[in-house]
Amino acid sequence: MAENAKPVTRRAAIVGGNRIPFARSGTAYARASNQDMLTATLDGLVARFGLQGESVGEVAAGAVLKHARDFNLTREAVLGSQLAPTTPAYDVQQACGTGLEAAVLVANKIALGQIESGIAGGVDTTSDAPLAVGDDLRRVLISLNSAKTVQDRLKALARIRPGMIVPEIPRNAEPRTGLAMGDHAAITAAEWEIGREEQDELAARSHQRMAAAYDRGFFDDLVTPFLGLARDNNLRPDSSVEKLAKLSPVFGTGEGATMTAGNSTPLTDGASAVLLASDEWAEAKGLPVLAHLVDAQTAAVDYVHGGEGLLMAPVYAVPVMLARNGLTLQDFDFYEIHEAFASTVLATMKAWEDAAFCKEKLGLDAPLGSIDRAKLNVNGSSLAAGHPFAATGGRIVASLAKMLHETGPGKRGLISVCAAGGQGVVAILES
Amino acid sequence: MADWYTNFANSGFGTTITKQLGLPRPVELRRYEPGQPLLPGPVVVGSAGAGRLRDTVTAVLRDAGVTVQSPVTADGATGGEKLGAVILDASGLTTPADLASAHDFLAPAIKRLRASGRVLVLADPPADATTPAQAAARQAVDGLVRSIGKELLDGSTANAVFVPEGAEASLAAPLRFFLSGRSAYVDGQLLTVSPADVPANLDEDEPLAGAVAVVTGAARGIGAAIAEVMARDGAHVVAVDVPAAGDALARVADEIGGTALQLDITAADAPQRLVEHLRERHGGVDVVVHNAGITRDKLLVNMDAARWNTVMAVNLQAQLDITQALLDADGVLRDGARVVCVSSQSGIAGNRGQTNYAASKAGVIGMVRAWAPEFAARGATINAVAPGFIVTEMTAKMPFGTREIGSRINSLQQGGLPVDVAETIAWLSQPASAGVNGQTVRVCGQSMLGA
Ligand SMILES: NC(=O)c1ccc[n+]([C@@H]2O[C@H](COP(=O)([O-])OP(=O)(O)OC[C@H]3O[C@@H](n4cnc5c(N)ncnc54)[C@H](O)[C@@H]3O)[C@@H](O)[C@H]2O)c1
Repeated sequence: MAENAKPVTRRAAIVGGNRIPFARSGTAYARASNQDMLTATLDGLVARFGLQGESVGEVAAGAVLKHARDFNLTREAVLGSQLAPTTPAYDVQQACGTGLEAAVLVANKIALGQIESGIAGGVDTTSDAPLAVGDDLRRVLISLNSAKTVQDRLKALARIRPGMIVPEIPRNAEPRTGLAMGDHAAITAAEWEIGREEQDELAARSHQRMAAAYDRGFFDDLVTPFLGLARDNNLRPDSSVEKLAKLSPVFGTGEGATMTAGNSTPLTDGASAVLLASDEWAEAKGLPVLAHLVDAQTAAVDYVHGGEGLLMAPVYAVPVMLARNGLTLQDFDFYEIHEAFASTVLATMKAWEDAAFCKEKLGLDAPLGSIDRAKLNVNGSSLAAGHPFAATGGRIVASLAKMLHETGPGKRGLISVCAAGGQGVVAILES
Repeated sequence: MADWYTNFANSGFGTTITKQLGLPRPVELRRYEPGQPLLPGPVVVGSAGAGRLRDTVTAVLRDAGVTVQSPVTADGATGGEKLGAVILDASGLTTPADLASAHDFLAPAIKRLRASGRVLVLADPPADATTPAQAAARQAVDGLVRSIGKELLDGSTANAVFVPEGAEASLAAPLRFFLSGRSAYVDGQLLTVSPADVPANLDEDEPLAGAVAVVTGAARGIGAAIAEVMARDGAHVVAVDVPAAGDALARVADEIGGTALQLDITAADAPQRLVEHLRERHGGVDVVVHNAGITRDKLLVNMDAARWNTVMAVNLQAQLDITQALLDADGVLRDGARVVCVSSQSGIAGNRGQTNYAASKAGVIGMVRAWAPEFAARGATINAVAPGFIVTEMTAKMPFGTREIGSRINSLQQGGLPVDVAETIAWLSQPASAGVNGQTVRVCGQSMLGA
């Protein structure tokens, strides 16, 4: 056994997945809660694989935007689902990395023999997002609650000023910089000189490929309709570079502003789940093994003071994982790079091609090199489907596993997901 | 679970009104429930002719614990317990004169029939007759049974089974079916069985135990009912419907402990995908129910090609292609498999505005007849079921008048329920139904259309 090789454990199998179609914020799922969506997604998975009344090893899932009522969200969803009430569950949260991280956690427990089966998932709603009240009003309300007499209560109420009654709507902004994620991505895009046209090309291709995949029936066993929606309603099958070129930039400033609503993901609602298991469990149930989760890696960058882009952590995670597995960046049949923004995908690939960056930042002798674009996000990605934060990982894992399975045994796929807080989660699947 | 009119007609006020106005008085039909006795009362069995089938009849009744009364006691005994069924073994008829004893037996016996009772006549197939007189006597059974069906009241039905020489073992399963509550809405039917190696159902309460059953169009309506009944009878159901109906489909699958397969059966690769799914997930399939169907009504002169083509594609071509793919895939269609294809009354009677639909549904009848010998060679069967007026979401959308007339113009004076179609299909799917092959069974309450 080579010195840096991983200890021998079994590999967790990916049996399949389910998600509900993703919906742009405030549309089809405007009245659905995280729990509604996650429960429906679990039930669809149960129906696909005949798991009614079954107790799986555990369910790990999470949401990025949570209400106080989403306490124990995953366990509550399990209790409302067709799974046996004896199925344990816990919540995970790693921003946009939540779904993939949940899959890694479940896979690791399977690899260690602690569980035989598990479900990893994620859900998010930006329509039914929690509204917080400002700190001033919150203090008044807390003292109101603890007031013992009517007089104390009136006194407390008298402290309320009109300015306090403005709810804080959660923004997609980094707490430490106050910048929106898109503004961060725009800085990185400018740094790496990512052009408008290549971003629009990537976005148009994502839409076209995903629409074609739907038409081919690729999603027939990956998606279950929900609340009248049978396909992602962000999907624009007729998207084109020409149409996207007409949009004005929304992130970045001046000449260098290239990021539009068309090449950035919109706020989205949705949920996804992936069924993982040991090979033995799958075999005993007569269920397929689409692929195995080979390895995973997380990384974080110091985007606050360290001069690295907020969404660049996967760039660092991938070489570590490749080295551990004795692989090069070119040893893959499919690449799934989460399209938070088209520019993020392009900057990620550019960084891996850049000799100086790879040497100085990644400590590599040679650049990782380029990726065959024909193998990148071949059935579309987040720009087309939308991106309900915690649900994206499950969408990618299940889709990639199916692609690998369809292509034949011994095929390899790389997943790269960037996340808020300067984090990244990456993984290797193999059929 | 009856329709509103049946409920109304059976209410105190409704009874008075409907009697005074001479309106139909539909009763709530005796429908099967697990654990239910085969019949709610005793049986009388009579003969007209040599009576070759008495042994089979006696064995079925004995196994089911049914009390058999002698016709002699029945005759004239007015105060006795009301009869659950009247069975006439008319096998061995040689001339029309033999039918006189049929009349002598049936008339007093039917008088004593209780509500939701059964009249069953067993005979030799007219086509096998060796003399014109024999053929005449056998064919007479047809008119006799259909007329009895129209005379019976209170949810009772009359059916006939033609049993060729050597097919005696094939009679048991149809006999049980026609006597039981499973055949509630099957009336005025003439079924012909064929010789076969007939396995016994391992478990009469769960006749489909261990079977894998595919049901297309299972997200709602009749398909959802078929899935439920199949699961109740012990099958693992693979519920198939279009991806757009996937949420309803998942609910059906979850409800019955089956699995959901989202698949448009008209997709070019649908047969292959279904075959692969069955091979990979279940190692094969025992029962296939082609239920998915659509209507695109228009008078022929106004019908565009799209309406014609989509109806043909879903209702007929998909059934052909999927069945052929299953036959071709080594080992996927298990020995003893059962295929049941949903046809329609329109395919028998025709219907204004439904040239495309009626053509497709008539095609199904031809298809099962033609395929029957090939299936028989595998110990398998293929049959069709032709529903009449069945109360579903689809029919609920019909205009009130059309719907009311449609549901009343049959001997049972009411629309059928999806479960009635489902029970018939589940019966044809049983191992013991090996001797029913290439047939089309109507589930129409003896509709006046196409009869
Ligand atoms: N309801 C009646 O009175 C009646 C009478 C006679 C015959 N039938 C027949 O019974 C069957 C069921 O009828 P129903 O009343 O339940 O209809 P329904 O419309 O309620 O259900 C039909 C189901 O088939 C599915 N389906 C349609 N096209 C499909 C495709 N390409 N692939 C997969 N699934 C598809 C639909 O999505 C639907 O769920 C049909 O074949 C119909 O022709 C019905």
